[in-house]
Amino acid sequence: MGIALISETDAQALAPRPRASFIDFQTEPSRYRHWKLRFEGERAELAMDVDENGGLFEGYLLKLNSYDLGVDIELADALQRLRFEHPEVRVVVLKSAKEKVFCAGANIRMLAGATHAHKVNFCKFTNETRNGMEDSSRFSGQKFLCAIKGTAAGGGYELALACDEIILADDGSSTVSLPEIPLLAVLPGTGGLTRVTDKRKTRRDRADAFCTIEEGVKGKRAVEWRLVDAIATTSKFDAAVNAAAARLAATSDRPVGAAGIALTPLMREIGETSLTYALVRVDIDNAARRATITLQGPASAPPADVAALHAMGADFYSLRLARELDDAILHLRANAPEIGVIVFKSEGDPARALAHDAFLGDNAGHWLAREIVNYWKRLLKRIDMTSRSLVTMIEPGSCFVGILAEIAFASDRAFMFSGRMKGDDRPEATLALSALNFGPLPMSNDLTRLQTRFIGEPESVEKARATIGSSIDASDAETLGLVFESLDDVDWADETRIFLEERSSFSPDGLTGLEANLRFAGPETMETKIFGRLTAWQNWIFQRPNAVGPEGALKRYGSGVKAGFNRERV
Amino acid sequence: MNGSAAYVEGAVDYTTKIPNNVNLAEDGRVLKALEQWHPGYIDWWMSMGPEGFQASEVYLRTAVSIDPKGWAKFGHVKMPEYRWGVLLAPQEEGRLVNFGAHKGEKAWQEVPGEYRAMLRRLLVIQGDTEPASVEQQRHLGKTAPSLYDMRNLFQVNVEEGRHLWAMVYLLQKYFGKDGREEAEGLLERRSGDVDKPRMLGAFNEATPDWLSFYMFTFFTDRDGKMQLESLAQSGFDPLSRTCRFMLTEEAHHMFVGETGVGRVIERTCEAMKAAGIEDPFDIARIRALGVIDLPTLQKKANLHFSLSLDLFGSEVSTNAANFFNSGLKGRFMETKIDDDHRLTSAVYPVLKFIDGEIRMVDEPALTALNMRLRDDYVKDCQGGVNRWNKLIEKAGVRFALSLPSVAFNRHIGEFAGVEASPDGKLLTAAQWAKMRDQWLPSSGDGEFIASLMTPCWERGEYARWVSPPKVGVDNKPGDFDYVRIHAG
Ligand SMILES: [Fe+2]
Ligand SMILES: [Fe+2]
Repeated sequence: MGIALISETDAQALAPRPRASFIDFQTEPSRYRHWKLRFEGERAELAMDVDENGGLFEGYLLKLNSYDLGVDIELADALQRLRFEHPEVRVVVLKSAKEKVFCAGANIRMLAGATHAHKVNFCKFTNETRNGMEDSSRFSGQKFLCAIKGTAAGGGYELALACDEIILADDGSSTVSLPEIPLLAVLPGTGGLTRVTDKRKTRRDRADAFCTIEEGVKGKRAVEWRLVDAIATTSKFDAAVNAAAARLAATSDRPVGAAGIALTPLMREIGETSLTYALVRVDIDNAARRATITLQGPASAPPADVAALHAMGADFYSLRLARELDDAILHLRANAPEIGVIVFKSEGDPARALAHDAFLGDNAGHWLAREIVNYWKRLLKRIDMTSRSLVTMIEPGSCFVGILAEIAFASDRAFMFSGRMKGDDRPEATLALSALNFGPLPMSNDLTRLQTRFIGEPESVEKARATIGSSIDASDAETLGLVFESLDDVDWADETRIFLEERSSFSPDGLTGLEANLRFAGPETMETKIFGRLTAWQNWIFQRPNAVGPEGALKRYGSGVKAGFNRERV
Repeated sequence: MNGSAAYVEGAVDYTTKIPNNVNLAEDGRVLKALEQWHPGYIDWWMSMGPEGFQASEVYLRTAVSIDPKGWAKFGHVKMPEYRWGVLLAPQEEGRLVNFGAHKGEKAWQEVPGEYRAMLRRLLVIQGDTEPASVEQQRHLGKTAPSLYDMRNLFQVNVEEGRHLWAMVYLLQKYFGKDGREEAEGLLERRSGDVDKPRMLGAFNEATPDWLSFYMFTFFTDRDGKMQLESLAQSGFDPLSRTCRFMLTEEAHHMFVGETGVGRVIERTCEAMKAAGIEDPFDIARIRALGVIDLPTLQKKANLHFSLSLDLFGSEVSTNAANFFNSGLKGRFMETKIDDDHRLTSAVYPVLKFIDGEIRMVDEPALTALNMRLRDDYVKDCQGGVNRWNKLIEKAGVRFALSLPSVAFNRHIGEFAGVEASPDGKLLTAAQWAKMRDQWLPSSGDGEFIASLMTPCWERGEYARWVSPPKVGVDNKPGDFDYVRIHAG
């Protein structure tokens, strides 16, 4: 987790209490407390201006542009709106609206007081948001330039690392730093270590030195060590930022003259044990520690052309479904920690769903269609990364087709109903694949879910590809290896019940570890390293007494009293 | 002053290019580093030191020994030829770390690895202030109100230069490559420069006139004194010894400030009396006499006091706690304080801005050390203000100077975001805007003071807005030629 270098703190921290009854991931610019968005033609300025009294929990002040989950929820919202509402924006300049500090990273008081589960969730969400910035740059033509004046410490520098380029003020006091180890005995876990070596390609010995220098690095050395791209004196800073922004914008393939679409508020009803959206319903069974997410298929044919798509905007099926499912997943992660299993179901017409996939595929060159597919890619990655057992139940009347079939492939197990249920006139369960299953929706390992699934049998990917567009019944799906098991009416109820009950009986920690290991076969990428290596180590360190014990560095931070360490290397 | 003196305990060795009492002659590595740094320093002094007086001969004191009784020798010197050197107070046998987690351990003669970065930062921040004030004061020679004042200005300047040497010596001796880089950086930054400013705010402000200079040496050098006092307590013995010697010089700077303001007060009161003006607020008539009215002095004091308070940093500070707990920076008069000197469970009252009001709150004493040092500073300032008020009282003028509230005109710490009056009442932005010029020097005040700043370089003469001193430097007579001015 990115950790703040907050040198001035309130010494007496209270145990954090949430200010609201649940953590809401929905917001919009008029409600932002921590960010300022400004538009100027092809360029947007995203200025961090954290309201220190605006923490998500009580008991800490967000001083010096330090952040908590609430700040990051706004950031994620702003990024999403930049993608959809502002196709004209080719470069985003990320800066601080505060003097002398760019960003001090994640708030330490918040971390010290948060539950372990909250910390892990926070860390995951912030990582996803930063990965999303890189995704925007690579696939949506929206480039990021970070203009640092003042201190960029810990998570502050990690935010900068997610940008394409970093310009640092050469004023003798502006620095970049990852002071987590010397200051707090934890890691710069929001991608910091990975991006320093794999993205900035800083030499390992220099990276080692950088991560142990509490005050960080400034000026020429920051450039020499590849920690920033350029430095500029105060009087030349704005000119340098403008020039770099213009240069980055020139590399963008965002459309000229296109109008954005409005991401209108989601319709959402939150009940005791349910969450209801227009296309998504979540039913929570607390006793069974299980949530069932049911996705509705499209009610009509896709729009005739991109003009019609644009006119529909946020009402377009695939986009609305993505937004609702995204919110549902985030809600379960943050607000329902004891739900161990998520069961996915769907209801709808497979042909119409397939037609929507085809529409998106046919119009891949249009910015909005591209943006929607990119959104699904990030959302599916978020599902991959969700530390709950994921199960897809492909039942009669369902429409796990194309994009929706990816949910089955993202699941730890998918069960498919074979034949018909007694007294049920819904059509037999089928699966169908589209071109979107074979490239545009990769996992964080840069392989498609099918490639990852069939890592040892690449010919199976080809067999699956041969079925594009056709309907696959349960027995074929089993033969093709697309589902774990097909079950008929005789076995379905019992087998699935037993599976779910057994699943709920295992250790939640064991399952989290098991699933995170089995889901990501194949090569390492920066993203898999960030989640699999960096975050995992971080979460281990965060549990250890050297960090959070009564004498741990995180507990003692700010008191002036040194941490007491257990010196045993593990 | 060389030869036999070099063999006396505590005497300064002038046989090396750099005068010192740290046996540089036998420390080749550091001597070489200092010799390499020296030309850059001279370049800096020539381009950023006192403007227009580098060829003049100034009656300066030079340290020849660190024995408090006989350490200085006076003589006319051209400033660029001043013998800047490295002088530490004598090493005390068996000195201990006197506070923090290492209390009771032997004082460190080498930098402990884990504190290296922290100590370096402390030294660089302290070091940066020394050349900064020379830069701020470089234009003042031209308008000196007397040769006596001019000499005092230059004395302060060369000693600030020597303080820079002191910090650079520590950086080069104990902090390796990084230390050498930081030593270079100290010569590269410039007071008030947009691109390469000095590190602390008050050291980027202009010192436009002699009244500012007196106020600066009274208020801002006194911050320097407080910082040096607390660093003199350091468990890192070379730093402690360095600061103890610097304090002997710093005392003179504050003397210049306190007597400077005192002489302005005396002159003003004397002129008022002679003209039969009773009301100290009859500003136009008082100014017509060519002297500075007392309300304007109050405004200047308000400004310099509040800027100097900002130098203490945030009231509640983790850095300050770390410095103390690590044994690197103690409290003012640490060893005289009657407590456990660890402060792990003590509290200290801190004035804070909470829920829209100014309130005293108990904070853990460790994190409240900046506040505590600031409190000691305010007391120290108050002593000087009281002595000024005695002068006013003695002259029979009904006026008293006072220190404004610590919430007044602040830019760092608890009160950075609020406006307050000198008596500590919270104000709206509009109220502040309306009253600002009543409490801080206005541009009109600045213009008036500037109009008085005409040089007075005749031996024994003084500008008419300031009284002559009671005693001359080194007991010299009133018409002594403290500076022999040669163009350059
Ligand atoms: Fe000094
Ligand atoms: Fe001084």
